[in-house]
Amino acid sequence: MTYTQIISNGLWKNNQAFVALLGLCPLLAVSNTVINGLALGLATTLTLALSNSSISFVRHTIQPEIRLPLFVLIIAGIVTIIELFMHAYFYELYKTLGIFIPLIVTNCAIIGRAEVFASKNRVLPSLVDGLAMGLGFSLALLLLGGMREILSSGSLLSQAELLFGDVASQWKIILLNDYSGMLLAALPAGSFIGLGLLIALKNSLENYFR
Amino acid sequence: MFAFRPLLTALRLAIFSIIIIGLVSFVFIQTEHKIQENEHQALLQSLQSLLATELYDNELSESSIQLGDITFFRAYKANKPSAVIIKSTTHQGYSGDIQLLTALDSNGTLIAVRILNHQETPGLGDKIELKKSNWLLNFTHKTVEDMQHSAWAVKRDQGHFDQFTGATITPRAVVNEIKKVGLFFHNNKTQIFPNLK
Repeated sequence: MTYTQIISNGLWKNNQAFVALLGLCPLLAVSNTVINGLALGLATTLTLALSNSSISFVRHTIQPEIRLPLFVLIIAGIVTIIELFMHAYFYELYKTLGIFIPLIVTNCAIIGRAEVFASKNRVLPSLVDGLAMGLGFSLALLLLGGMREILSSGSLLSQAELLFGDVASQWKIILLNDYSGMLLAALPAGSFIGLGLLIALKNSLENYFR
Repeated sequence: MFAFRPLLTALRLAIFSIIIIGLVSFVFIQTEHKIQENEHQALLQSLQSLLATELYDNELSESSIQLGDITFFRAYKANKPSAVIIKSTTHQGYSGDIQLLTALDSNGTLIAVRILNHQETPGLGDKIELKKSNWLLNFTHKTVEDMQHSAWAVKRDQGHFDQFTGATITPRAVVNEIKKVGLFFHNNKTQIFPNLK
């Protein structure tokens, strides 16, 4: 598989959220605003890149019978290490993202990529696959987060300062003045409906251009 | 015949586990000190942000007293008790514990409340943070009498504090906890400030 194919698979053709429908637990839980979605997306991308490359690195020593516990072990270890590092060196960011980091372990897209790709390919393609899949997942989080934020509070990019620092405190865009809000979009049910609509949109786009 | 292969597989799994536990422990030991320092710094900062500097002249983090699982940071001005910051934890949150700081003056009137740590739902329950909404400011200047009144509850429970759209449990936990520690301070004042008349 060429790198172009790997990247287009990750971003579009085999998008983990829209096509594989993996990682729905963190996706649906943390997509209520653009900033939350982006933050989880970046953390997931980092985890995917690291777990894919380390699993690919040790792939010859892994026996098939113990591969799943080993993947879980490696992924949980990586997530814990990322969490500790953030807690120690990026304390402000940790206070914002801290609650999302453990959620990454529940993302079955990560173990999915380990099983399907990293355990069968060399380190560099695995790293690229991890990055592409992670960015594709981030894209889904951004779209769903944006859609839900507009519907539930009529604004975009609220609380951007939590992720980008004080320069971003004015980034919030109010799209609808005096908007009373649509609770459904903020609740988990709205998350499911929103994801369904996005998948429908993606499929109809593909049909249209075919 | 005795099967060796499963044993070897298990051994391999064990070796991997030991390596990964070793890595995580190594990172933990390397970062432990820095993490504690960060936590301490954050605690100091939030203690100082709760009380105006003219209210006290002692070192807040060194004047604490522990009663049960509640920590009291005592503020003195010219050796007279002026205020107290109460660090407590409620288990009534929607997901996990909520740790909060409640500042009261020596009469038990609320000065300010801050949330130290929580794991409430982002976008719903996390409006208890001052960063995300002004809800916490509702408590400023409330007195012991207010806390004893039956209206010290969220609106859903016939009280006068707003709950959030989609989240009642979180604000209810905070409202109840403030009442609990506020009245606890009121009833145990002589123990916390032994020289207070």
